[in-house]
Amino acid sequence: MFWLAIHFPALPLEIYSRGGAAPEPLAVIEKQGNRSSVKVCNEAASERGVRAGMHGAAAQVLVTNLVVRVRDLAAEQESLEGLAAWAGSFTPAVSLQPPDGLLIEIGSCLRLHRGFKNLIAQMRSGLNEMGYGACLACAPTPYAAWLLALAGKEVAIRDPAKLEKFLGALPVKWLAQPQDTLDSLEMLGAHTLGDCLHFPRAGMARRFGQSLLDEVDRALGRLPEAREFFVPPPSFSRHLELPSQVHEAEALLFASRRLLLELEGYLNLRQAGVQQFELICRHEDVPDTVLKVGFAQPTRALERMLLLLRETLGRTRLCAPVHTITLHSSLIQTIELSNLDLFQDSTETGDGNLLLERLRIRLGKEGVFSIAPAADHRPELAWRQCGTEDESIPAGKQQRPLWLLPKPMPCHKDRLELQSGPERIESGWWDGMDVARDYYVAQGRNGSRLWVFRDHSSGGWFVHGLFA
Amino acid sequence: MNASLDLVLQHPGIWRGDQLAQTEEDTLPTGFAELDEQLPGGGWARGALTEILLEREGIGELRLLLPALARVSTQSEWQVWVAPPHIPYAPALSIAGINLKQLLIAKPQSPADAWWTAEQALRSGACSAVLAWLSTPDEKRMRRLQLGAETGKAWGVLFRSARAAQERSTASLRLRLEATANGLAVHILKRRGGQVSKPVMLNLQQTSGARRTRTFAPSLSVVPSLRAVSRN
Repeated sequence: MFWLAIHFPALPLEIYSRGGAAPEPLAVIEKQGNRSSVKVCNEAASERGVRAGMHGAAAQVLVTNLVVRVRDLAAEQESLEGLAAWAGSFTPAVSLQPPDGLLIEIGSCLRLHRGFKNLIAQMRSGLNEMGYGACLACAPTPYAAWLLALAGKEVAIRDPAKLEKFLGALPVKWLAQPQDTLDSLEMLGAHTLGDCLHFPRAGMARRFGQSLLDEVDRALGRLPEAREFFVPPPSFSRHLELPSQVHEAEALLFASRRLLLELEGYLNLRQAGVQQFELICRHEDVPDTVLKVGFAQPTRALERMLLLLRETLGRTRLCAPVHTITLHSSLIQTIELSNLDLFQDSTETGDGNLLLERLRIRLGKEGVFSIAPAADHRPELAWRQCGTEDESIPAGKQQRPLWLLPKPMPCHKDRLELQSGPERIESGWWDGMDVARDYYVAQGRNGSRLWVFRDHSSGGWFVHGLFA
Repeated sequence: MNASLDLVLQHPGIWRGDQLAQTEEDTLPTGFAELDEQLPGGGWARGALTEILLEREGIGELRLLLPALARVSTQSEWQVWVAPPHIPYAPALSIAGINLKQLLIAKPQSPADAWWTAEQALRSGACSAVLAWLSTPDEKRMRRLQLGAETGKAWGVLFRSARAAQERSTASLRLRLEATANGLAVHILKRRGGQVSKPVMLNLQQTSGARRTRTFAPSLSVVPSLRAVSRN
């Protein structure tokens, strides 16, 4: 087993800041009773003297334009689950380490990702694109990896024998023990984990309880640790609060991209694709704007989702500024994967589905359609508009014009030279659209070939089609 | 003339004044031998724009294209009709041998959308043929369509009124259609490889697309390679 621990030290901050690109001074405070203290702050704030642990009011005095947010544990948990879903695209063995970490078993997927270095590089760039800062550490046991990541030691230990040496150097403050225990250990002169290991075990257990020993044993692999793996939810829904209100639809693309990355990872984990997703833009006072992006076939390719979303956003005008966006998709379908061609096909054809999707976005669903013959004798009802996937019936064998006029056009009989006919069409008495007509193929004086009919009820002549 | 000179003259880079341009282009037989003879490459050019100028509608402008359209509709690529002026009548198209599953009709609301649609369809590489009825053409738009057709290797057909014959055009092939007592007269206004003075007369009356397509060679891809063989 080879575990990768990812610690997100600034997660409380990033759930607010990652929706935007420009860094404003931002601090997240935690309330304990009446006192509020700064939990984390971003670089722009720390440059001006804001520190973690500082009183909330003091921080606001230091930096006048400081944006202060209250820590939102529920949102952090949600982000962590989103990250777990994203990490699922690398390996299915992902485990949450609340409130701000992930543990991932990577030993079994190193070959798939072409080696350790490659995998780590991919993960780092992915995290960076989503707007998260992280500390990555690897070790043979999950808890050791976690302690190393927590302490900010970006190391990769393969050999279990070396584990004790690296862990021994870690300060005791990273252990998940009550503050009293940690204080007592300090007073005993045990500043590092290594110091604790030198004490007699029986005495340690008597003084501090079994939990401290268990924790150290788990880290060293002397005690097995059963980790529960993350199971992706049946549908995808993620929120992102924007750091400042957005007025232009196009500006939402940046924030949407971060959520789409998570969607892509989620779909990879589920081995599925989306047929449609919704981007819900929340406004202050007016109802939400819902943008729907549909695909001709289930997809999970980030580039395609981004391309279609960009075109959708380009055609959207927001009625009010947006403060939060939600990416939602419940139409999740498994997709059949095809094997890669060993000898890459040299003739590259374009993507027909992509064209269809793009036309649908710009022209609307009614603007692009297929046609099919329909079972009716009346010419105007003998065809129908349909979706591109619908089944069609075979057409009759009579002579029919290529152009049909949407509405028959009155004409004079003496200008026509009738060539063939009549073909009598009498139908539709049951639905109020009855026709009784004699159809002829006629030659117009100007050389065009027409499909004309004489209406029985009025006796008038009409042009109904062109043999173009 | 000795044999070695003959050999030299067969070099594709050499063009003689009385010849049609020898193109390496992928072409699509029109289904009318008389017309194929007069078109560079022996058919409709893929990856280029064909402009068809009409005196009036209903003289056979679609029947002229049907054999080629029926042939390309057997491929898995789309065939897009952008802003057709009337209803493309499904029963008739089906009888003519067109696979309606590959036919996509686009009805854009505005001329700008129509030009955009035509360009995207041509450019996508996912369309075998794009037929467009567009209003308010200008040189820039036309050039974009021509470039799009080149990029996407699609057969682009643009229908325009015969009044546009005097205007400049970037299309590689321009035809003017005229209905006469003997059938359809196809005037070739512009083609790669020089002018023709005499119109090509075609008799479309007795032919239906379905019957015609059956008489052709079975596969499209054979055509360019056959041409290569015959030259050597």
